[in-house]
Amino acid sequence: MVMTTHEEKMRTVRFRVGATPHIVVNSEICRNDCSVHACVYVCPANLFVPLDDGGILFNYEQCFECGTCYVACNQEGAIRWSYPDGGYGVTFRES
Amino acid sequence: MTTHPANQQFDVIVVGAGPAGSAAALLAARAGLKVLLLERGEYPGAKNASGAVFYGSAILNELIPNWWEQAPVERHICRRDIAFMSPTTAVALDFRSAGVGFATAPYNGFTVLRPKFDRWLAAQAEAAGAFVLTSAVVDDVLREKGHIVGVRVRREQGEIYGKVVIACDGVNSFLAKKAGLQREFHPHELSLGVKEVIGLDPAIIQDRFHLTDNDGIAFEYLGAITEDVHGGAFLYTNRDSLSLGVIGQVSSLVERRKRPYELLERFKAHPAVAPLVRGGKLREYSAHLIPESGWAMKPKLYTDGMLVAGDAAGFCLAAGLYLEGMNYAMQSGLAAAETAIFACQKNNFSARVLAAYQKNLKQRHVSTDFRAYRHAPSFVNGPRLQNLYPEMVARGMEQIFRVDGTPKRKILPLTYRMVRQSTIKPGQLLRDVYQVARAYLW
Repeated sequence: MVMTTHEEKMRTVRFRVGATPHIVVNSEICRNDCSVHACVYVCPANLFVPLDDGGILFNYEQCFECGTCYVACNQEGAIRWSYPDGGYGVTFRES
Repeated sequence: MTTHPANQQFDVIVVGAGPAGSAAALLAARAGLKVLLLERGEYPGAKNASGAVFYGSAILNELIPNWWEQAPVERHICRRDIAFMSPTTAVALDFRSAGVGFATAPYNGFTVLRPKFDRWLAAQAEAAGAFVLTSAVVDDVLREKGHIVGVRVRREQGEIYGKVVIACDGVNSFLAKKAGLQREFHPHELSLGVKEVIGLDPAIIQDRFHLTDNDGIAFEYLGAITEDVHGGAFLYTNRDSLSLGVIGQVSSLVERRKRPYELLERFKAHPAVAPLVRGGKLREYSAHLIPESGWAMKPKLYTDGMLVAGDAAGFCLAAGLYLEGMNYAMQSGLAAAETAIFACQKNNFSARVLAAYQKNLKQRHVSTDFRAYRHAPSFVNGPRLQNLYPEMVARGMEQIFRVDGTPKRKILPLTYRMVRQSTIKPGQLLRDVYQVARAYLW
């Protein structure tokens, strides 16, 4: 099948999930200072979920570690990130 | 320079086992230096994704003669297309060569799967004598009296000392920033690539793309393919799969509120693309940032005790006709290794000596190429060249070829009418023609 949903795409990727999140979103900033919420659109893994109260819920477990959210975020300090612990995170096999 | 016992100190610590890092480690190890190659992935290549066409065959051939006979390569590229798209039309420039260097050794370019290729290349560095340590994230540099003297790996007793650190830690290079060599990026300087590897029978690939044996194609697409997002798309053939993807400038994705994977689906559904991918089965989805601004986002390349190479140094040439990164990564890695070898001979690792890196980058045609095309990225990766003009060409050809009983228009009035109907002003068009000429002709 060539045409695939985002869920089907994500199921083809292998992740080794570490114990600690490598990306932390300060939802307070998203709620009070940001009306763009660019992270919601640009994340290739669709990991940023807008909440009713204007905040952002983030799930680090299926992250590509690409850094796009950090670059796209227009609010200083809303996204803090580093890489997951060694050997954890995304593991590409065929890309 | 440092007070650490020799047995605890490496000559060279390379951070990141991509093409830049592995090439650097390989060359430094061959020169007899004590080299440590650190990789944060489970194996080298585990975090790496690109198109991927590797245009550095001749470079690698100098290091490992006939390297393609032992490396995990997919197909050598002897056909390239650049296609201009409207939502329903495609006009392509089709290049095909059975000439020297394209269809014959050392070949011009190969499609590769990065987790396999990068892993193989790191193994070559290891075979040359480099110590390879995987699952090792580097969080910071170590400093003594202002000089960088090693790195801190995220683990117990993670301080590792080295005379020279070569940062090859990719587009997001935390190390270049920690060392104060790189600034934060703007979203217009980077593009996001999303990609799929789609399994397809080799016999079907050969028939569908008119290929024999291990010939391969590299197709690139501009125009309405990314809708109004600044970017493009690609489709490459592997042995038994296709690599295809969409690239979009981050700021443009944000402004248009477009989800990259939805653009990818639209690309596959385009009438010129759908027949090429028909019957395939998704094997892996991936995403990666691309330092598309080249020269404009180049960090300071060296400081006391450290050099920067590969994507970490912005050595990725994304300038319309050229989409090359791995070759420049490798060349800059080799130039960094040559610099480290020189510094070891001098036993001086200060910025003054490491400045030889600039000369070495020039000799390997890295800085000269990036300087020559310094005007291209900011302009070529913009809305008119990536979206508007290619789409106009596609629409224009459609009008020229259409026979519907109405009078035929000659090309000049046709073009004039299309420009009038678009958002482009004639003065702007002339300026763009000049810009293209400046970017590519002289």
